[in-house]
Amino acid sequence: MLRYALKRLISLVLSLAVASVVIFAVIEVAPGDPASFMLGVNAQPDTLAALRAELGLDVPRLERYFTWVGGMLTGDFGTSYTYRTPVSTMIADRMWVSLPLALYALTLSTAIAFPAGIYAASRRGRPGDIAVMGATQLGIAVPNFWFAMMLVLIFAINLRLFNAGGFAGWENGIWAGLHSLTLPAIALALPQAAILARVMRSALLDILGEDFMRTARAKGLSSRQALWRHGVRNALIPVLTIIGLQFSFLLAGAIIIEQVFYLPGLGRLVFQAISSRDLIVVESVVMLLVFAVITVNFLVDLAYAAVDPRLRSRT
Amino acid sequence: MSRNLILGACLSSLVVLAALVSFVWTPYDHAALNIPDKLQPPNARHWFGTDHFGRDMFSMIMVGARTSIAVALVAVGIGVGFGVPVGLTAAARKGSWLDELIMRGNDLVFAFPSLVIAILITAVFGAGAINAIIAIGIFNIPVFARITRGAALSLWEREFILAARVAGKGAARISAEHILPNVANLLIVQGTIQFSLGILAEAGLSYVGLGAQPPTPSWGRMLADAQTMVSFAPHLALIPGLAIIVTVLGLNLMGDGLRDWLDPRIRVARA
Repeated sequence: MLRYALKRLISLVLSLAVASVVIFAVIEVAPGDPASFMLGVNAQPDTLAALRAELGLDVPRLERYFTWVGGMLTGDFGTSYTYRTPVSTMIADRMWVSLPLALYALTLSTAIAFPAGIYAASRRGRPGDIAVMGATQLGIAVPNFWFAMMLVLIFAINLRLFNAGGFAGWENGIWAGLHSLTLPAIALALPQAAILARVMRSALLDILGEDFMRTARAKGLSSRQALWRHGVRNALIPVLTIIGLQFSFLLAGAIIIEQVFYLPGLGRLVFQAISSRDLIVVESVVMLLVFAVITVNFLVDLAYAAVDPRLRSRT
Repeated sequence: MSRNLILGACLSSLVVLAALVSFVWTPYDHAALNIPDKLQPPNARHWFGTDHFGRDMFSMIMVGARTSIAVALVAVGIGVGFGVPVGLTAAARKGSWLDELIMRGNDLVFAFPSLVIAILITAVFGAGAINAIIAIGIFNIPVFARITRGAALSLWEREFILAARVAGKGAARISAEHILPNVANLLIVQGTIQFSLGILAEAGLSYVGLGAQPPTPSWGRMLADAQTMVSFAPHLALIPGLAIIVTVLGLNLMGDGLRDWLDPRIRVARA
């Protein structure tokens, strides 16, 4: 297990290193000089040079790359070009919206998918199963930002149960905060729930065919008892992997949903930074998201290997 | 053939047909402004209503189908064009450093949150259909590489490949003549799925303003335009959304149906 963990750790570090080079390179070749963007077209050459020096844009690329990576390792993400505030504080502020949103959506998606998947598996081929599977097909096909707009139309504009957008802020109490994240979380959760329900169903169906399920029935458990005690538990392994993957997807996927609801999260930060050529913010947020995705995948792999020893030898 | 396949094929062909017909005929000029007729709900003259400039929504949806299909199709093409040769090479050289390099590279691309990178690419190199295609296409490459390699690996163990080797054929020729035709079914199924994901991705990118630029109509941007008017003209949001859903649902059903239909083992099991 230790060897496996070490091997995965090395590949994690390598992935992160390559990812940082790719992101840095993409931003470097981006057309548009941040300094001239900030000062406008009529800037004097010496003012421009002074600002470039102040932003640290005049040092060689390689040096800038290592300053950036080194800074991130110590928690210093640099200073925003436009706001002149540390990027780390900006990110931390936005995290308080994006992270709870992703967790909220993950909770909802699990809460919907588990019962739906278990129900469908227990009714395999019957109308209940077909209805759930049909609903999941639809759930996968619906673009989440469109679903978000429909939720706004119904629950915010017509029924006036929620605000159409904006974030109440955690300082107004946890309920106010959760209330303003509810519609975005539902919109994010729906397609994920559809996928998760399908995974749950097929994992359960695989397990229902196993010998130990027959043994469970043979020793006198009803099919319902066998399903819950032996089936669901074993099906959890693949399902947990998907949940891990979905969390990172939700964090990244929230970018568009945050646009729909005007939520001050990481996604809106990226878009604002892109439009004002605040490249240091863009690369840091993107790197952070990539880091989150790669790390979550790593942890899921480890957890998976800890539960199922067969997987360790495979790589 | 299953019901899924027939329903999926019908829905998908409907959309493709709309896109093709739009080259020669649309009920109105999709770009023609007609302010007096603005924001009409669906009616006999404008089947899908009109938008805030009085443009005919039905015509815009038809032309928008063109954009969606073109972007997703080329993105799948990129994935197949690069991914399949890469996968075939990796399988032919199983266990070599080349295989290892290809597969680790694949893992890396998989690890990136695709949406974030697509946004980064389109934002950095400029919004537009071409950059959207590239951004979506890049993430299709490892999907096809992996599926090709996986299927090819088991084929390499089969007797008919051994026979081909005995006959003196090289790895490249075997890959092209014997492996590729045998993984084609899998690629078609995966292609359908990636096609539908591409439609969704294109819609998302153009919704945030990073896809096809005006005046090219696209479903995603129609939705973005509709957002501020959804309270008094819900059809502006409903119709492009339904267009996306019909397309993606159709392709997914077709993909599922094709998988069952093309996989003889499942067919035998069902019969």
